[in-house]
Amino acid sequence: MKNAILLLLILDAATMNPVAVAAQDNCLTCHQEFENEETGPSHTIARDVHIQKGLGCIDCHGGDAALDDMDEVRELPGWLGAPGPLDAPGFCARCHSDATYMHEHDPSLPTDQLAKYKTSIHGQRLYKQRDVKVANCVSCHGVHQIGDARMPHSSTHPLNLAHTCAKCHADAEYMAGYGIPTDQFEDYRRSVHGQALLGRKDLGAPACNDCHGNHGAAPPGVTSLSFVCGNCHAIQAELFNRSPHRAAFEENDFPMCETCHSHHLIEQPNDQMVGAREPALCVNCHSDDDGTQGLAVAAGMSLAIEKLAGASSEARTVLDDAVAKGMMTTDEEFRLKEVQQTLIATRTQVHAFALDTILTLADVGYDKAMEVRANSAALIDEYYFRRKGLGLATLFITVLVVGLWVYIRRLED
Amino acid sequence: MATASSNSRLFSLLYRWFDERFKLDALVEYMKGKVVPVHGHSIFYYFGGISLFLFIVQVLTGILLLMYYRPGAESAYESVRFIISNVSFGWLIRSLHSWSANLMILAVFIHMFSVYFTSAYRKPRELTWLSGMVLLGLSLMFGFSGYLLPWNELAFFATRVGTGMAGAIPGIGKQLLIIMRGGEEVTGATIGRFFGLHVAILPGITTLVLSAHLLFLQRQGMSEPVDWANKPASEKRYQKFFPNFLLRDLLVWLIVLNILAVLAVLFPDGVGAIHWPLGAKADPFAPPPAVIRPEWYFMFAFQALKLLPAHVWFIEGELFGIGVFTIGGLIWTLAPYLNRRSVKGQPSKLFTAFGLLVLAFVIVMTSLGYILE
Repeated sequence: MKNAILLLLILDAATMNPVAVAAQDNCLTCHQEFENEETGPSHTIARDVHIQKGLGCIDCHGGDAALDDMDEVRELPGWLGAPGPLDAPGFCARCHSDATYMHEHDPSLPTDQLAKYKTSIHGQRLYKQRDVKVANCVSCHGVHQIGDARMPHSSTHPLNLAHTCAKCHADAEYMAGYGIPTDQFEDYRRSVHGQALLGRKDLGAPACNDCHGNHGAAPPGVTSLSFVCGNCHAIQAELFNRSPHRAAFEENDFPMCETCHSHHLIEQPNDQMVGAREPALCVNCHSDDDGTQGLAVAAGMSLAIEKLAGASSEARTVLDDAVAKGMMTTDEEFRLKEVQQTLIATRTQVHAFALDTILTLADVGYDKAMEVRANSAALIDEYYFRRKGLGLATLFITVLVVGLWVYIRRLED
Repeated sequence: MATASSNSRLFSLLYRWFDERFKLDALVEYMKGKVVPVHGHSIFYYFGGISLFLFIVQVLTGILLLMYYRPGAESAYESVRFIISNVSFGWLIRSLHSWSANLMILAVFIHMFSVYFTSAYRKPRELTWLSGMVLLGLSLMFGFSGYLLPWNELAFFATRVGTGMAGAIPGIGKQLLIIMRGGEEVTGATIGRFFGLHVAILPGITTLVLSAHLLFLQRQGMSEPVDWANKPASEKRYQKFFPNFLLRDLLVWLIVLNILAVLAVLFPDGVGAIHWPLGAKADPFAPPPAVIRPEWYFMFAFQALKLLPAHVWFIEGELFGIGVFTIGGLIWTLAPYLNRRSVKGQPSKLFTAFGLLVLAFVIVMTSLGYILE
């Protein structure tokens, strides 16, 4: 009998998960009795990454899980209880800044979060101005349901992050007194990035932290902006940095990419943004008598792109007609893809503002588009040629059939 | 007038030259004596000729395709694309080849069913029937082996399914599958085998069997309806084989040629369920397309095997299906020996019922195959 009970205990222990182990400690046993089953920390903790990694209540709060008297626990020397906003970063950093300790649990996590946090606007206000309204660790990560940022339910997962930041930054009442707008989330949501990430669930699109940083969150500076955008838009940033605009923007304190593309409400770029007349953005800074070639270059770039885009679109229309007629268009489809690739390259070259390069590229693309158009038109001609040929062949065969029939009838008569 | 007479003289000279060497007179006399029965079902006599004509189109277009086609996993698809898009009238040749293949199978089926239902297979034409059944099998093999040759996505997966079914045959299935595929999987080696089969082995065998089939036909003439055995000679009508029937045959061939041309030009990639777009190149690592279906003439067997439960009694479903097809096929092929009434000039209700059952089965299963997919 004794052996059977022992065996049962061994089997039970072998099948227990970390939550089940934690459920046996007295912290959970007592707290679960009086806390709400849906929202109470002792219940929601089952979804927390720390519990899932085998940690228990006492690993953060101190105390002794074997004790069942809370007053006794509070008297223990290592008891930390629940930290306030000012203490929270240090509270988490006891482990998260300890590289040796973190290596044992999750070697992929960095351990510089606190150091970065101290450089952030949030950290500086918290520590220097004792402003407890600013975000600390729990504001973004939550308290007892902290999730790995790679997991979809986590508040810091890319698909949820903008909403997490927006909890404070879109709350006009909460943000009153900080002197910053509260429409960033709404702008971001409508932007090309927001539509990609929140709309199409494209995890390659940036969330707030990709531009502002996460633990070291701060607005990008005027000069560093091209580096921030350049993390993803590397070619455009490189072209811009080599262009004459780089020095001019720095001189005038114009934020690099933002001057033309805006920041949170970044819209899908279009060809009308470049040119010598409104709505082109070039006229915002340049004029005919500003002593530069700015507007002339802008007009040249606009014309070249317009010509190539028009030719590409025209070639597409003719090619679509050939496709609809059931002609074999694979080669032309490939060629048109090259045209579209050239169009993208030409548009990208706008960031260098080098008219000669753009004209050369656009000419190559234009010639190819014309070739596609001509070949597609030839396919359409071929389509009609086939039908005419069929008509003639049918006529010829019909004459033969009728002649033969008449001959047979005459023979049989 | 003078030209006509000189032409006629030249023809006479040539004829005499050949006649001295090959005794043409005897052949001409024999041809003159040949007659074809005229009755309510005479139209079915033309389907053998239509099948022959479409086979000739197959051979001619096949030879033209062969000039550009390059077998192999790295070249087959590319060469077919080249034929369609770059070779002058390449699209037309491929379209004619595909359409004539499908029409030929259709004509062969009609020919076979008409021969079966009129009991034209009866003594003394058993060998004509048997050689015809072999030709049907060869035609189906032509279709199956040709389907893979473009090495496109649909062909690849359909061949994988088709050869997989052959692999289910008990005992020899595994070996048969390996022989057909040239290994465990459908690869470039399979194209090599199918290509060899399609352009050398099958044409060679078909030429021999077809020659025998035509020779039997010429020697024995067209079969008369069963009920003519007891009919007085005065009620029987005939027409001369040469030139009357031959000219009518030619007329039908011209009409079929025109139908073929219209289909090939208006629907170069086929139409509806009968289509052969080149599509994407075969990729063994790509997921199979949502709908994998065989050619329409294999659909009845494919659908029947699909509808069978996993087990029928104690026999595996697929195996049971293959067994039933084998037995049914044997009864069908051996009809000249099993249907004793037809030899006596009496129609057999049993064999007619069996034929109708087979026909209904083929039509229903083929229709279900397209409706349920």
